Amino acid sequence: MGDVLKKVPVREQAPKVRAANFDEVCLGYNKEEAMEEAARCINCKNAKCVTGCPVNINIPGFIHEVKEGNFEEAYRIISESSALPAICGRVCPQESQCEGKCIRGIKGEAISIGKLERFVADWARENGIKPTAPAEKNGKKVAVIGSGPSGLTCAGDLAKLGYDVTIFEALHEPGGVLVYGIPEFRLPKLDVVAKEVENVKALGVKIETNVIIGRSITIDELMDEEGFEAVFIGSGAGLPMFMGIPGETAKGVFSANEYLTRNNLMKAFREDYDTPIVRGKKVAVVGGGNVAMDAARTALRLGAEVHIVYRRSEAELPARVEEVHHAKEEGVIFDLLTNPKEILVDENDAVAGMTCIRMELGEPDASGRRRPVEIPGSEFTLDVDTVIMSLGTSPNPLISSTTVGLDTNRRKCIIADEETGKTSKDGVYAGGDAVTGAATVILAMGAGKAAAKGIHEFLSSK
Amino acid sequence: MYKILKAGKLAGNIYEMVVEAPRVAKHCLPGQFVIVKMDEVGERIPLTICDYDREAGTITIVFQPIGASTEKFTYLKTGDSFRDFVGPLGRPSELCEEENLEETRKKKILFVAGGVGTAPVYPQVKWLHEHGIDADVIIGAKTKELVILEDKFQAVCGNLYITTDDGSYGRSGMVTKVIEDLVTTEGKTYDHCVAIGPMIMMKFCCLTTKKYNIPTIVSMNPIMVDGTGMCGACRVMVGDEVKFACVDGPEFDGHAIDFDAAMKRQAMYKTEEGRALLKLREGDTHHGGCGNCGGDK
Ligand SMILES: Cc1cc2nc3c(=O)[nH]c(=O)nc-3n(C[C@H](O)[C@H](O)[C@H](O)COP(=O)(O)OP(=O)(O)OC[C@H]3O[C@@H](n4cnc5c(N)ncnc54)[C@H](O)[C@@H]3O)c2cc1C
Ligand SMILES: Cc1cc2nc3c(=O)[nH]c(=O)nc-3n(C[C@H](O)[C@H](O)[C@H](O)COP(=O)(O)OP(=O)(O)OC[C@H]3O[C@@H](n4cnc5c(N)ncnc54)[C@H](O)[C@@H]3O)c2cc1C
Ligand code: SF4
Ligand code: SF4
Ligand code: FES
Ligand SMILES: [Mg+2]
Repeated sequence: MGDVLKKVPVREQAPKVRAANFDEVCLGYNKEEAMEEAARCINCKNAKCVTGCPVNINIPGFIHEVKEGNFEEAYRIISESSALPAICGRVCPQESQCEGKCIRGIKGEAISIGKLERFVADWARENGIKPTAPAEKNGKKVAVIGSGPSGLTCAGDLAKLGYDVTIFEALHEPGGVLVYGIPEFRLPKLDVVAKEVENVKALGVKIETNVIIGRSITIDELMDEEGFEAVFIGSGAGLPMFMGIPGETAKGVFSANEYLTRNNLMKAFREDYDTPIVRGKKVAVVGGGNVAMDAARTALRLGAEVHIVYRRSEAELPARVEEVHHAKEEGVIFDLLTNPKEILVDENDAVAGMTCIRMELGEPDASGRRRPVEIPGSEFTLDVDTVIMSLGTSPNPLISSTTVGLDTNRRKCIIADEETGKTSKDGVYAGGDAVTGAATVILAMGAGKAAAKGIHEFLSSK
Repeated sequence: MYKILKAGKLAGNIYEMVVEAPRVAKHCLPGQFVIVKMDEVGERIPLTICDYDREAGTITIVFQPIGASTEKFTYLKTGDSFRDFVGPLGRPSELCEEENLEETRKKKILFVAGGVGTAPVYPQVKWLHEHGIDADVIIGAKTKELVILEDKFQAVCGNLYITTDDGSYGRSGMVTKVIEDLVTTEGKTYDHCVAIGPMIMMKFCCLTTKKYNIPTIVSMNPIMVDGTGMCGACRVMVGDEVKFACVDGPEFDGHAIDFDAAMKRQAMYKTEEGRALLKLREGDTHHGGCGNCGGDK
C-alpha cells in the first residue's frame, strides 16, 4: 500500500513516445490499482464529491463496490445517473467538479474519481455488460436533434421510458464533439465513443445521419408531418469565432474546429483516408481552452513545433489541468501573456509569421479575472507557417431562424428552462451547448437528462 | 446509402448522376448544394444541385473530375451508392424565392454560365421560366464538345448565347466578350446578372458587369468540410466582412468579393491533393522516388 495521501499513479504512454502517435495517452487503472485507489475513499456520510458532480453520481456508493471488487454493481450504480461514464471519466474537468470537492483533497490528493469511473465503464464494456433493456414501447415518437452528449443522453433516457426515439444528425457520423472535436489520443473513437453510441442504439434509439434540421426538414415539419410529439434540440455550440486581425483569411489559418474535424472525424492523420491536412512546421494555436490544447497536441503529433499563444497567464488557462500538464510534457511551448496583432503573409497569401504583443494583467474585469492589457512597444514576430484560431464559438442560427416561436437570448443561444429543458415553443426542448454556449460534456449530459424528464412529464400529461 | 439511379457522361469529361435522396429532393431550391461522401475513407465533396424531382425523390448532380475524390466518383455506375449525401445546404438563390417574385418580375436578367457551372444555372433558369420569367443565358465552353444542356436551356430561357473559346461552336471568345457585345453593340440592357463557373471566370464577369453597373451575383465554391457552419473553412471576404459560404452563401454580391484571396485559398491543399491524385492514378505501380508523391518519405 502506497502513501494514502497520494493518488495511485495511473499508467500513461511516455511523453516522447506518445507525441508521435495518436493512441490514447492515459492507459487507465487495472483491477488491482483501481481497488487500491478505491480503498483511499473514506466513504463520507455527507459526501461533498457528489455535490460537485453535475449529474450527482453516487460516488461513495460506486467506489465502495470497486473496493470490494464488485465492478458490475459499481457500473449499475453509475448507470443510475450517467449514460456515458467511459467518456466522462476521461474528459470531465474533475479538478473543478467531483474531485475538487473531495474531502481527501484537503490534506492530500483527492480520490481519482474520474479514473475509477473510467475503469468501471471500461470493465463493463470489456465484459459485455449493457445498460438495462427498455420498458415496453409506449408508441410515442420523439425527435432528438444532434448526437452529441446531450442528444445521446436525452435519447437514451427517453428510450428507457418506452418512447420511440429518432436522432437526426447533420454529419455522417454520430457523436458530436466526441467524434469531431476531442482527439483520438484522449478519447478513442472506435473503442469508447462508438461503443457508447451502440449502447444507446441497443435501447432502441434510431439514428438518422446526414439530416440537417432547418434545411433537410424543419422542426415544425417533424411535428406536423412526421408525427413527432416532442423535439429535443441538442445542436451544440456553433460557428467558430475569429479575431478580426489582418491576415486571417490567409492560407494556413484555420479554426480549431476545421483542423480537429479534418483530423478526428475525417481521419486525416491516417494514410488510408482521403482527407488532406496541412502539416505545418511551426504552428501557433491562439487560445487557452481544451479546444486549444487538443489542436496543439494534434499539430504536435503531425510533426510540428507548436506554440500556445494565450493573452492571460497560466493560472487563467481555462483548459483542464491534466491537458495543460500533458501538453507541456509532450513539448508544446506556452507563450503566455501574449496576444496576436497581425498574421503576416507572403506573396502567395500564405502565412509567413505572426506579429504578437506582450500583455500584463491589470484590474479584474466583469468575470472577476484580471484583465490583460498590452505592454506598449513590446511587439515581436513569432516565426510560424500555420495559425490555428481557438477563440470559442457563437451559436449557429440554422435552427432558431427556421423555427417559428423559438426564443433566443442576447447571445443568440436558445432559451430553455434549466429544470425541464422547456423552450418557448410547445413540445420543443433544448439543452447542452446550444443553450449554454460552449461548456462541458457532463453539463450537456445533465441537460439531456433533465429534458428527457421534462418531455416525459409533458407527454404523460397530454 | 444513397442509390445512384443513373450515371453517365454529359459531354467530354463532364459526368451526370441522378441520386435517390428524398429528404433533399423534398426541400431543395435552386442555388443550394449537397455534400457527397463516396465511402468510409472519402472526402466530403460539395456539389451544386443541378436538378431535382420532388415526386421521384431524386437529385441530379453534375461534376468534372479535377482531383482524386471527384475522379473516384467516376468509377461509380448506375446501381452503385454513395455512403453519404446531405443537403440541401446553403441558401437558395434569391431570385428563386416566392416572396421575391414581385421584384424579380420587374428585372431583365442575364445568366452567365461557364464550363461545368452551366449545370447549376439550369435549375434557376427553369424555376424562373415556371414562374413566367424568361431570362437570357450565356453559355461559355472551351470547345464545341463541352457545351452541355443546350436543348434543355433552349426550352426554358429567353435568348440563349453560346460561345466557345476556340470558336468551334456559336460565338467565339470568352463569356465576358459576349456580355460586352450584348450591352454595347447589340442594344441589350440588364438590371441583374448571375455568373456561375470557375472563380477566374466569375472574377472577370464581375469586372465586366461592374463597368456597366449591372448588379451581379456569383456562386462561390471555396473549400468546405462540414457545410453546416461549424468549421469556418469556407470563409470568404465579402466587402470587409468575413462570411461563411456554406451558411451565408454560396451566392454573394460578386462586386464585393475578394476573388484573388479566394482563389489563393482554394489552392491551399494543392500539394497534398496532387499527391493523392498521383497515388490514385498510379496505384501500386508507383513506389516513390518521383519527388512529387512523397512516397519515399
Ligand atoms: C475540441 C474540444 C475539446 C473539448 N474538450 C472537453 C473536455 O475535455 N471535457 C469536457 O467536459 N468538455 C470538452 N469540450 C466541450 C464538450 O465537448 C461540449 O460541451 C459537449 O460536446 C456539448 O455537447 P452537446 O450535445 O451540447 O453538443 P455537441 O457535442 O456539439 O453535438 C451537437 C451535434 O448536433 C449536430 N447538429 C448541429 N446542428 C444540427 C442540425 N441543424 N441538424 C442536425 N444535427 C445538428 C452536430 O453535428 C453535432 O453532432 C470540448 C469541446 C471541443 C470542441
Ligand atoms: C458550394 C460548392 C458547389 C460546387 N459545385 C460543383 C459542381 O456542381 N460540380 C463540380 O464539378 N464541382 C463543384 N464544386 C467543386 C468541387 O467541390 C471540387 O471540384 C471538389 O471538391 C474537388 O475535389 P477533388 O478531391 O476531386 O479535387 P482536389 O484534388 O481536392 O482539388 C483539385 C484542385 O482543385 C482546386 N479546388 C479544391 N477545392 C475546390 C473547390 N471547392 N472548387 C473548385 N476548385 C477546387 C484546388 O486548386 C485543388 O488543387 C463545388 C464546390 C462548392 C464549394
Ligand atoms: S461524471 Fe464527471 S463530475 Fe461526475 S463523478 Fe464522473 S468524472 Fe466526476
Ligand atoms: S469526498 Fe472523497 S473521500 Fe469522501 S466519499 Fe467522496 S470521494 Fe470518497
Ligand atoms: S464548410 Fe465548414 S463552416 Fe462552411
Ligand atoms: Mg480532394
